[in-house]
Amino acid sequence: MNASSSTVIARPRRPAVPRSRTRLALAAIVVIAFALLPLGLKSYGTYLCSLFCVYLMATFGLNLTIGYAGQMSLGQAAFLGIGAYIAAIGMKAGLPFFAMLPLAALACFAIGLALGFPALRVQHHYLAFATLGFNVLVFLVLRNEEAITGGTFGIRGIPRPSLFGLSLERDLPYFWFTLASTLLLIALLGWLLRSPWGRAFAALRDNPIRAESLGVNITAYTLLAFAIGACCAGIAGAYFASLVGFIDPAPFNFTASLLMLLGVIVGGAGRFLGPVVGTVIIVLLPEWLRFMQNWYLAAFGVAVIALMVWLPGGLLSLPERLASRRIGALP
Amino acid sequence: MTALLTVRDLRKHYGAIRAVDGVSFDVAPGEIVGVIGPNGSGKTTLFNSILGQIRPSDGRVEFQGDDITGMTPLDLARRGVGRTFQTLQVFHGLSVRDNLIAAGQELCGSMPRRLFAPPDAGLGEHADHLIERFRLTHVAHLPAGSLSYGQQKLVDIAMAFMPAPRLVMLDEPCAGVNPSLVDELRELLLAMNREQGGSFVVVEHNMDFIMRLCARVICMVEGRVLAEGAPAQVQANRDVLDAYLGH
Repeated sequence: MNASSSTVIARPRRPAVPRSRTRLALAAIVVIAFALLPLGLKSYGTYLCSLFCVYLMATFGLNLTIGYAGQMSLGQAAFLGIGAYIAAIGMKAGLPFFAMLPLAALACFAIGLALGFPALRVQHHYLAFATLGFNVLVFLVLRNEEAITGGTFGIRGIPRPSLFGLSLERDLPYFWFTLASTLLLIALLGWLLRSPWGRAFAALRDNPIRAESLGVNITAYTLLAFAIGACCAGIAGAYFASLVGFIDPAPFNFTASLLMLLGVIVGGAGRFLGPVVGTVIIVLLPEWLRFMQNWYLAAFGVAVIALMVWLPGGLLSLPERLASRRIGALP
Repeated sequence: MTALLTVRDLRKHYGAIRAVDGVSFDVAPGEIVGVIGPNGSGKTTLFNSILGQIRPSDGRVEFQGDDITGMTPLDLARRGVGRTFQTLQVFHGLSVRDNLIAAGQELCGSMPRRLFAPPDAGLGEHADHLIERFRLTHVAHLPAGSLSYGQQKLVDIAMAFMPAPRLVMLDEPCAGVNPSLVDELRELLLAMNREQGGSFVVVEHNMDFIMRLCARVICMVEGRVLAEGAPAQVQANRDVLDAYLGH
């Protein structure tokens, strides 16, 4: 029964977590270069690098929910906001950052678990609207519950933490702290996605009916996909609050969720390092395009449309795309 | 010998349409039973009613003496009931090897334990053995979605055997398979039956395949069992010939 070999050039999506030594060495060089980058930057540049790390945590979580488990979510900014407000309120009350961080993570995990329930009944665009509704609801609560959240005036004077007696008040140490935390979170997600859970998430994404017939508890994995994704955004929110020192509801509206979704899709949903590329696009590209002055957002929009048209699999699908073209061009 | 699977007076009605209308049969341990019938005779509805994909209107299904009527596919998988579907159902983004491991891993230990298990859940060797058995070694690392239809069909069938189920229900395993490979697929299924010792229920239109694979054949027409017995008996049954050929 020798079936003929495949002629389609494709790559298994699951083993997207880099394993080879070469890739690890390359990743280490990139990380070290990025860690040293703010030494040559002004304060705003360092702030952008920290913001990049914060969004990276959130988009890595969203990539698990969307790219690996195949669930749709337009509510990631709501979790970023919940995490940020929990941390901000607690720290303003004098509680330490390291007490508020797990609280923000746990709260978002629990709320994410609850948000996963609609996903058991609806999928695709229906689920997108359900999660979008959740984001709008959270935004309204943040804006209107002034006694708790400060409403549109927000919460000011959110302190930065100190680590083992070392103050992280200055931008550079806080950036390194955020970067190290982001790397730790990415490593944890990498380990999770390489475990049998990662395979179960992919089975849920590719074929839930078959997955269930093989004993995959699709209820549990669907809820977990939302909860873990939300938990990452909650952690990112706590870092965000300390980074900016002032929060109001504006950064947590649904357009921020759309932007994070864009980051996951543009990088390559379901590719482990997709969010890195995607977050560069959503956080740093608009800044690089500022030399175009009033046109910079228009240029950003055109760049994103072009990317989606030519690389619907995301920027990380570029090498495969080039390889398949090269093979197609052979006589 | 106590039956492994017992189906009693199973019914599935959609309004006035009786897709399955009082079907009863037994499957003994290790037995291979074929289910044949013209299109629309209710074979797949019978399968789906037994396997929890749809809820039967009436009747009872027992597996190893326990009532499993209306149980979810998840519960049935945990009890050792495997299946394939009429259409291809593989995890297209996963490699062939990961498809097989995914097919077996969820029945190994508890969910928290699996989080801390090795990446292949300790099933790598077993998956490689089945990959070799199904002659898929040369495509084991490729995503299942990139394979030809025939190769995906083999992956699909191999997945059903990965958790070594007590009962495997195969819905049209020959559909889309190159005719030259049908005999080898039959040999493979017989070998799996010998090795794993499970029982099979096979729905199939390929009469030659089913007559040579199964010890007993059930012929369904309009939701009912028209004939049941040894393949030669059923093949010679006048009513069966009428049902197929419209005599």
